[in-house]
Amino acid sequence: MADAHRREWARVLATTIDVTGDIDLAEECVQDAYSRALTSWRETEIPANPGAWLTTVARRRAIDLVRRRSTQERLLATLIDQNDIDSPSEETDQGLGDDRLRLIFTCCHPALSIETQVALTLKLVCGLTTSEIGRAFLVSEPTMAARITRAKKKIATSRIPYRVPTPEDLPARIDAVLLVVHLVFTTGHAAPSGSDLVRGDLVERSLQLARMLRLLLPDRSDVTGLLALILLTDARRRTRTGPEGDLLLLSQQDRSQWDHSAIEEGTVLVRGALSERPASRFALMAAIAALHAASPSWETTDWNEIVALYDLLLAAWPSPVVALNRAAAVGFAQGPQAGLVALEVLSREPLLSNYSYLASTRAHFLDVLERNVEARAAYEEALEHCENEVERAFLRQRVENLDAREASEDVNRGVIR
Amino acid sequence: MSEYLVLIYERESDWENADEEVVGKIMDQHNEFGAKNGAALRGGNALHPTSSATSLRRDSSGELLVTDGAFAETKEALGGYYVIEAADLDEALSIAAQVPAQFGGVEVRPIRVFD
Repeated sequence: MADAHRREWARVLATTIDVTGDIDLAEECVQDAYSRALTSWRETEIPANPGAWLTTVARRRAIDLVRRRSTQERLLATLIDQNDIDSPSEETDQGLGDDRLRLIFTCCHPALSIETQVALTLKLVCGLTTSEIGRAFLVSEPTMAARITRAKKKIATSRIPYRVPTPEDLPARIDAVLLVVHLVFTTGHAAPSGSDLVRGDLVERSLQLARMLRLLLPDRSDVTGLLALILLTDARRRTRTGPEGDLLLLSQQDRSQWDHSAIEEGTVLVRGALSERPASRFALMAAIAALHAASPSWETTDWNEIVALYDLLLAAWPSPVVALNRAAAVGFAQGPQAGLVALEVLSREPLLSNYSYLASTRAHFLDVLERNVEARAAYEEALEHCENEVERAFLRQRVENLDAREASEDVNRGVIR
Repeated sequence: MSEYLVLIYERESDWENADEEVVGKIMDQHNEFGAKNGAALRGGNALHPTSSATSLRRDSSGELLVTDGAFAETKEALGGYYVIEAADLDEALSIAAQVPAQFGGVEVRPIRVFD
C-alpha cells in the first residue's frame, strides 16, 4: 500500500484534477480512493494494476462530486473547461504521463515562491503529508499548512494554468522544475540544520521526481543530467558518516562501499547528457560527480579535469557557490596556497558571507599549511554559521586536533605551560 | 476568461528628471502596447504623481481625517494601470511583460468577481 502510494499518487491525483478542475477537491477524492483501497485490497486480491484501480475510483468519486457541486455555487475558479467533465478521456499511459507533467509544471510555476514550489511539489506530486513537509523544512505544521493553502488559493484565483507550457516557455519552465527537484535533493543530502547529516526521505523523493521527469521528458539533457547527478552523489551516502554518525570527508570514505549500481546507472546517463552542447549545468555537475565516482582513490583524483569542469560550470551557471567549489578544487589540484588565493577573491562575496563552507574550506587549507592560529579562527567562523550538528561536531574535532598539534609542538620546543 | 489589473509602479523622481524626448518615447511605447494588445485591453489610465493625492481615513473615534499625500510613502509609486482580459495567468503575464515601465515594474493582480 505504501508502495502504491509512493508510486501512483502523482498519476492518480493529476488525472483526478483533470476531472475536478480543483486541486483541493481532487486531493479529497484521491485520499478517499486510497482509504477504500485499504479495506478493499484486504478483502480481495491487490489488483494487477493498482494505479488504474485507484484512478478509476478517485475519478468516479470526483465526477460524482462535481456533478453534485455544479448545481451549487462554486467558489473556486476551475482550472479546466467544465465540458471535459462529462467526457473523461480514456486512460492511456501516455495521457497519464502528460497529466503528471501538467501537475509538476503547475506546482513549479514561477509566480509561486521557490519555498512554495517545493512544498506544493512534495504535497501534490509526491503525496507527502503537510506535517512531513513541515518536519523536512523545520517549519511547524500549521505554518506549512497555511503556506500550502495560500498557494492553492493563488493557483485558483490568479488562474495559474494546469498545462504543459508552450514550446518557447518550456526551457525556462523546465529549469524551474529542475531547481525545485535539486533543492529537495540538496536539502536532503546535506541537511541545513538538525541532528542528521542526510535526510534519506527527501533524497529518495528527489530521486523519484527526477526519474519521473526523465520518463516524461526523455530527450532533455538537463533532465538526464539531474537524474545522473542525484544518482552519482547519493551513491556515496552510506560512507559519508562513520559508525558514530560522524562526518567523513570524500578523502576518508571507503569507496568500495559506494553504491556501484547507482554509479553505473549515473555514468551511462551522464555520457548521454554531455553529448549535447553546450552542456547543461546539471550535466556538468553530474560529470564532476562521475569523475569522483570513477576515481579509485582520493589520491588519484584528476583534480585538473575537475577544475576544468568547474570552469565550464561557472560559465553556464555563474553562482558564488559554484565559484567556491571551484576554488576548493583549485586547492586540491595546485596545492593549499593556490586554494587560499582562489578563496580570497570570494571573501568579499555577500552571498557567501553566512555560508559556513567558505570558512571551513579556508580553514582546511590553512590547517594543511599548519597556519594554526588562522586555521582555528576560520574553523570558529565556520562554526558560527553552521547549524547541522554532524558538521558542527566535525568542525569542533578539527579545532581539538589543532590544540593537540600545538601542544605537541610546544613539548618539542620544550615550552612548559 | 478573467480580468487582471496591471499596476505600474515607478520611481516618481525618475519621471520628474526625464526630459521631453524620453517622455515622448515612453508615450509612443504605451501607444504601441495599446495597438498591439487592443483585443485584450479593457481599460487603463495614467495617474498624476502622488504629490497630487489626497488620502481619507477615519480615526479610532470615527472622525474623518483628510491628509495631503498618498496612503503610503514608497520610493516606487502607482503611476498608472491597465485592465486586461486573459485566459489564464500565463497569458496575463505575457501581456503585462510588454507594458512599458522603465522606471520600475508592474504588478499583476486578478480582479475578483462576485456572483
